[in-house]
Amino acid sequence: MIDATQYLALAAVLFGIGLIGVVAKRNILVVFMCVELMLNAANLTFLAFARRFGNVNGHAIAFFVIAVAAAEAAVGLAIVIAVFRSRGTLNVDEVSSLKN
Amino acid sequence: MDRAEPFVFWVFALPLIASAAGVLVARNPVSAAISLVVAFFFLAGIYVLLAAHLLAFLQVLVYAGAIMVLFLFVIMLLTTADDVFARTRLKLMQAAGVLGAAGVVAVVVTAIRQAGPMPLSAPGAEFGTVRAVGRVLYTQYLLPLEATSLLLLVAIVGAVVVAKARI
Repeated sequence: MIDATQYLALAAVLFGIGLIGVVAKRNILVVFMCVELMLNAANLTFLAFARRFGNVNGHAIAFFVIAVAAAEAAVGLAIVIAVFRSRGTLNVDEVSSLKN
Repeated sequence: MDRAEPFVFWVFALPLIASAAGVLVARNPVSAAISLVVAFFFLAGIYVLLAAHLLAFLQVLVYAGAIMVLFLFVIMLLTTADDVFARTRLKLMQAAGVLGAAGVVAVVVTAIRQAGPMPLSAPGAEFGTVRAVGRVLYTQYLLPLEATSLLLLVAIVGAVVVAKARI
């Protein structure tokens, strides 16, 4: 018999893979994809607990997470295009003018 | 169903982890994106296993469809030959970051293990269907739903304003 801990552990592993990508990858597009992966891990946690308690509210929250992720992807990719236009690079290490 | 569920879980979970790791090891952004699409499909399978039918459908439609097409368009617009073959050197800070991320996963998994067994409740016939989720969305979550439509409108206008060279 399967229980919710397995789904939660799977979500933790997915989140960890996304976190490693955000920390270690240098291509800004791949970093973005890893952020999407982390959002999906959060969604999986919501749905696992929704199934655990038989409560459909978790599905509504996951729905909103998907909508926010779509908005985030649109604006984020627009920012990537703007950065590429002004800097000509996709490397996150070379975009550091806010740091200095 | 009881007998088959663990088997089906691993059928979806192992390729899901493998394709998510594929995003990390891919050197070409396009193959990373394709690997992510595959991961989203297997995740939709996990959602079906959790009786979240509407969310599984939206996962394929919005994530694997709309968002990843947007990603692929931007990759093909922007990627130059240098970016494709640039080897990412793992520097000291990045290695420390990877170690930290692994530590986070270890802590969370340990916490989940110590939380004890969490048996799943048997879902009703309507659980996770469009009717059940829609009823909650349009009664209890009506204001957030309308706010989401406003958010999407703002995101569309914002994306055009940010990405356009000259308004």
